[in-house]
Amino acid sequence: MAVVTPPDFSEGTAGAGASRPAAVARLFATMAGESLVARIGWTILSVGLFVGLWELCWLVGWADPKLLPPPHIFLGSIAEQGKFFNTATRWQIGKSMADGPSAFESVMITVAATTMRVFVGLLIASVLAIGTGVLVRYYKLFDRLVLPTVTLLSPVSPIAWLPVAIFIFGIGNGPAIFMVVVALFFHMVLATITQIDGVSNNLINVARTMGATKRQIYGRVIVPAILPGMLAVLRMNLFGAWMVVLIAESTGVGYGMGQVIMLARNTFNPSLVFFTIAVIGVLGFAFDWLLRQAQRRILYWLPDQTEKLRAL
Amino acid sequence: MRSDRPIRFSSKDAVVCRGVGKTWAAGTRRAHEALRDIDLDIKPGEFVVFLGPSGCGKSTLLYLIAGLEDVTGGHVWSFGDRVETPSPQRSLIFQETSLFPWLTVWENVSFGLSIRGAGKEERRSVAKDALQRVGLTAAMDKRPDELSGGMRQRVAVARALAMRPKVLLMDEPFAALDVQTRARMQDFLLDVWRDSGASVLFVTHHIDEAVALADRVVVFTARPGRIKTIVPIDLPRPRNLFSADAEVLRIQLTNLLRDEVDRAFAEQEALASAL
Ligand SMILES: Nc1ncnc2c1ncn2[C@@H]1O[C@H](COP(=O)(O)OP(=O)(O)O)[C@@H](O)[C@H]1O
Ligand SMILES: [Mg+2]
Repeated sequence: MAVVTPPDFSEGTAGAGASRPAAVARLFATMAGESLVARIGWTILSVGLFVGLWELCWLVGWADPKLLPPPHIFLGSIAEQGKFFNTATRWQIGKSMADGPSAFESVMITVAATTMRVFVGLLIASVLAIGTGVLVRYYKLFDRLVLPTVTLLSPVSPIAWLPVAIFIFGIGNGPAIFMVVVALFFHMVLATITQIDGVSNNLINVARTMGATKRQIYGRVIVPAILPGMLAVLRMNLFGAWMVVLIAESTGVGYGMGQVIMLARNTFNPSLVFFTIAVIGVLGFAFDWLLRQAQRRILYWLPDQTEKLRAL
Repeated sequence: MRSDRPIRFSSKDAVVCRGVGKTWAAGTRRAHEALRDIDLDIKPGEFVVFLGPSGCGKSTLLYLIAGLEDVTGGHVWSFGDRVETPSPQRSLIFQETSLFPWLTVWENVSFGLSIRGAGKEERRSVAKDALQRVGLTAAMDKRPDELSGGMRQRVAVARALAMRPKVLLMDEPFAALDVQTRARMQDFLLDVWRDSGASVLFVTHHIDEAVALADRVVVFTARPGRIKTIVPIDLPRPRNLFSADAEVLRIQLTNLLRDEVDRAFAEQEALASAL
């Protein structure tokens, strides 16, 4: 974002040079509260505990492997399960399961398609929502014309939009992306407005006494001031987007994780369900991590509160 | 009724208030009179302290003089011009830190210049200059969260000075600092004030601070704030705050303030019991 100009070190003054190592050191300091290795260890332990419990239930016979196949079963059959991800050719006459891409390729194609829908949807929703939120506060008329409708529509469940998505966009990427956008947009507009209203009056007044115009105040004070909150909102909504995209895909899109879940349901294949859930979990986790890294880098001025809160 | 009275003032005065009043949320059921009938003249280069019980409208008056809020009665002038909007000539410094956390110290200090579109070279040199005056050139490339409370307020002062204001409005700027830091900051502020030649309007509820700093102390009544009296502080500078004269002034101000604090309390209690 243009407003958060990182210092330019090219001029080579002694003072300016000192700042980048400091920033890097801070970044590492926040990460090194626990070392990366330790955190990976804890993650593995956390998942391992859950898996272990499940396997134990299977071992003592509480978990019927036909209904709740434990990880070693549904992960053990990855090779065959992967084939089912090739949903594109499923209904085509004259094609057997053996045709088309390999199991691994099928999984990758499916994952890529779903991820793309999530990200395009999230991107469109964020840009539209932040733009709308800022305009609502910037122009009174816009506020009066738009905000009531946004508030009215925001409690509507994404499921209710599903027919609309199909009416308008038919089948393909369109309805899935539309679903993600429509599920996130209204909340994000309201979140943006809340963030704007929370900007410290002092900061705005400082800019005003320095002769900043309304536009400059929005661009140089309000937008950077709401960035931390907006990135938090984005992170929350990343999970929302993953949930909604499955619903959309399970109905009318040729391929995608939602389709695979639907297929698993129709063919009574619990292993496939759990395998897909595992893939989604890993993806969600990975993207959340990426977003957190981005957050750290963009919001370098925020101190990390995690340890402080825990030490209370 | 005010308008038919001829308004006289010197257009050279840094700030002139005539019949200034402010009612918050005027015309609604929550209307709330904060200030009434303020007449005040402040000379260029004068150091004026506002003293009064909390909630009497001192901050409100600073906001009106800064042009950040509109008066609901009377008028404010600064150097002969009506105050209607904020201006870089009149810088406001707040009690809580008001530095932009996403900018470095020098970027904060030169924020006003960047608003005007000044180039980086110019901004950095102006920032350096202003930071020199508050003794913080070494912290130029730090971020606000790396500084102590006192340092942050000095940066805020530097940011105000970088605009070369003719009037410095300070709203309890040292209230959040510990006693030792505050004493140092007062000395520092007096140096800055002498160098800059600006008028300073300084809000406090500390009588010691008023006696240490002011040419004149404006004592306010409880809400709605009016000027109760103006006490000149004719102590030679640098001041010996332990002198008998200083003690007399402190006692005088304490007595003036005590009545108003009592009244403010009584009013708040009446309000609370009416609820
Ligand atoms: N923005 C505002 N809106 C409504 N009322 C306000 C606002 N700011 C201050 N007030 C009210 O005006 C009165 C004076 O407040 P203030 O000027 O902050 O007092 P002081 O700075 O002397 O403590 C208080 O009763 C306060 O509640
Ligand atoms: Mg105040």
